[in-house]
Amino acid sequence: MPDTISSNDPSDGAYNYAYLDEQTKRMIRRAILKAVAVPGYQVPFGGREMPLPYGWGTGGIQVTAAIIGRDDTLKVIDQGADDTTNAVSIRRFFARVADVATTTRTEEATVIQTRHRVPETPLKDGQILVFQVPIPEPLRMLEPRETETRTLHALSEYGVMQVSLYESIARHGRIAKTYNYPVLVNGRYIMSPSPIPKFDNPKLDRNPALQLYGAGREKRIYAVPPHTPVKSLDFDDHPFEIERWTECCALCGSTQSFLDEMIVDDAGKRRFICSDTDYCQERQEEQRR
Amino acid sequence: MYVAVKGGETAIAHSLELLADRRRGSRDLAELTLDQIDQQLALAVDRVMTEGSCYDRSLAALAIKQARGDLIEAIFLLRAYRTTLPRFGHSEPIDTSRMVAERRISSTFKDVPGGQVLGPTFDYTHRLLDFSLAANGERPAAPTAPVDATRDLPRVGDILEREGMLEPPPANVGGPTQDITRDPLTLPAERPVRLQNLARGDEGFLLALGYSTQRGYGNNHPFVGEIRFGAVPVSFVPEELGFPIEIAEIDVTECDMVNQFAGSHDVPPQFTRGYGLAFGHAERKAMAMALVDRALRAEELSEAVTSPAQDEEFVLAHSDNVEASGFVQHLKLPHYVDFQSELVIVRTLRAEVEARRQQTALDQAAE
Amino acid sequence: MTAPILSAKGVTKRFGSRVACRGVSFDLWPGEVLGIVGESGSGKTTLLNCLAGRLIPDEGHVAYETASVGTVDVHQLSEARRRLLARTEWGFVHQDAREGLRMGASAGANIGERLMAIGARHYGEIRGTASDWLSRVEIDLDRLDDRPTAYSGGMRQRLQIARNLVSEPRLVFMDEPTGGLDVSVQARLLDLLRGLVDSFHLSAVLVTHDLGVARLLTHRLMVMQGGEVVEAGLTDQVLDDPQHAYTQMLVASILPV
Repeated sequence: MPDTISSNDPSDGAYNYAYLDEQTKRMIRRAILKAVAVPGYQVPFGGREMPLPYGWGTGGIQVTAAIIGRDDTLKVIDQGADDTTNAVSIRRFFARVADVATTTRTEEATVIQTRHRVPETPLKDGQILVFQVPIPEPLRMLEPRETETRTLHALSEYGVMQVSLYESIARHGRIAKTYNYPVLVNGRYIMSPSPIPKFDNPKLDRNPALQLYGAGREKRIYAVPPHTPVKSLDFDDHPFEIERWTECCALCGSTQSFLDEMIVDDAGKRRFICSDTDYCQERQEEQRR
Repeated sequence: MYVAVKGGETAIAHSLELLADRRRGSRDLAELTLDQIDQQLALAVDRVMTEGSCYDRSLAALAIKQARGDLIEAIFLLRAYRTTLPRFGHSEPIDTSRMVAERRISSTFKDVPGGQVLGPTFDYTHRLLDFSLAANGERPAAPTAPVDATRDLPRVGDILEREGMLEPPPANVGGPTQDITRDPLTLPAERPVRLQNLARGDEGFLLALGYSTQRGYGNNHPFVGEIRFGAVPVSFVPEELGFPIEIAEIDVTECDMVNQFAGSHDVPPQFTRGYGLAFGHAERKAMAMALVDRALRAEELSEAVTSPAQDEEFVLAHSDNVEASGFVQHLKLPHYVDFQSELVIVRTLRAEVEARRQQTALDQAAE
Repeated sequence: MTAPILSAKGVTKRFGSRVACRGVSFDLWPGEVLGIVGESGSGKTTLLNCLAGRLIPDEGHVAYETASVGTVDVHQLSEARRRLLARTEWGFVHQDAREGLRMGASAGANIGERLMAIGARHYGEIRGTASDWLSRVEIDLDRLDDRPTAYSGGMRQRLQIARNLVSEPRLVFMDEPTGGLDVSVQARLLDLLRGLVDSFHLSAVLVTHDLGVARLLTHRLMVMQGGEVVEAGLTDQVLDDPQHAYTQMLVASILPV
């Protein structure tokens, strides 16, 4: 990872490079290394108070702050878009405290911090995808107790997770879970992919980029190293499947991307547009050429 | 395009300007000074210092001013600043028996060595609005007796303890105590960790939990052994000196709650402690903390764990108002990707139900 | 001659200064149902929990003859191994069905959970097996997707039994399985249990205060008083010709019924 030697930016003289002090960064990096060594395992870390509220990406921000350097190019997306308010706010934060180049182009970015999406453009070796995670524990809604879920993970006792999928089929005739869809990482740990739509789950599998997951409020970091198998849980006779749209993107015509639905008039008329703004613009520019 | 979320950069800039403007309020009025906040809204400053885990009156006053009087927002500001400060060591434990107490009461004994000292308290005010304050009524200074700062003030708990009536404070477990602002909370937690969590915990949350124990949800028959408020010295042992030197004096409120305990097979009946400590003058907080501390000791004392206040995972995970406020308010962030996924599945499910209904109708028509 | 499936030697458990059970030893043979009877407070549930590895005794050992890897000391096993054993080769039927069931999940999921925990991943087959077991415990198939909260006490208990037996355990621990049920419901459950024990050639340890239940289900009896076994023997022998004064009193107290 590029240089992170401390130096004080004149505009924010009171703060260290990338906001966190070097001790804290080292602590976070140790947690990241452990997370990479045990894919899908939630590593507790001494999460700090950040100048942004809990639940607004503090975990992702701490991970990014610990790994970012001056040579990096940062992209921040929220719901797939670079110009949603919180993405703008986080990008401005790093431009200010880490003096780092920012981009909206997936291809150009070395570090991509994301909330709720994986970019449509395939990622490459050397890129790092940092997820903001609200609830890192995939079993939390089934078992509220930390002491118990820790035991279940340690012993690979995952029957209860399969029970929840069984219940979904029994009630709805299909697995009706749509986002934060649980995955099994490297055949060992069940992991929450953060609230990405299940549409994005297949992109996690054997992805050449490093995936880092940061949960600030819950103080956990976990990771999926490059090329690691990630399997979405399912049944043999009810295999995992992703969302499909009958429409295509109204701007770029894509039929392959995740579409956001917009209500464009009072009569409730609808329009569908790519959630990944960079992907959509790239396609539109290509079509103009 | 979707204006509400696109072009966010300019919108944010405008929002920040508007916020700064509203914070200032009418320019016809003089701006509040930090000294005024420190002196005249002193209890707000105390609360922000306590839950912000940072003893600095002027920083807390600044946070309150910047947060427009929203104390949870001010606590957040102070915490976010505190976390960037380098740590050069930790102080010796403060000794509250050396407190120069401005207030000290016990509800377990009519008189105690050192006496009952009411000090400044709301307790005996009639809650009648004082309209002379609206007219900016100045007050003459209150007469005060000279304080004997050389005399130690023994704690009521220590007296009971000598008699064997009250359990001794837990022995020093040895080794440094885990610092919850540096290390993640792991469960089950040791009592020192729980106390740190409660000290930073939201006053309203602890108040409600403490109240619930009094209403039968985990009752532990509390008595106020003692509440004291005043200044205590803080000492620090610099490595190069090797002996403690006094570096500051801080105001704290301490509450020792004495609770019934039936005893067990190993221990004869005696009283047990719940402990509360807060920066500045914060009796309500210290008392609520002491009640919850005692409730959380249920398992240690072989009592049945039946109520929320006794449930360590529940209490510790939800006590922090900066965490809670952030996560509740994150619902304002766009969730339209998740919601879109839900729309897709609900439409699919509804279509399936409709198809089944039509099929049934067809089948019936065919019969 | 085969080895005993469960063997207890000198099992003692104290709670503080109170001794809950003292020096209990016995062998349980494959296909045998052992009853532990006594009044409440006699230590029988504590003993059962020690046998099933849910409590650690202060003294003594419990050996279990596994299906594949020979004899193991129940309390020396790692938690992982013990929990695996508990959900594959063992069953545990609680007096209060709510403790043994997942009350927020449907009956089908309750029965299917053990199968899924050991790797079953075919929804149709899991559901098929669950239906099969539901009818074996005489519950209407149209209740398959209902939660146990909507079940009567007797149905919950039968569902709990199905949830335990679906993985075809070799050894089942039962703690007052008919307690709290009214008499007609009890009779039906007892009939059902007897049939299942026979057809699956189950070994079982059954705790009950009800000598009628013991007579109907068990081959052998241990009578406990104040934490100690005061009499043991073949069930009919113990009940028809009790030797110990306490047993005589117990038997006499049910005679009027």
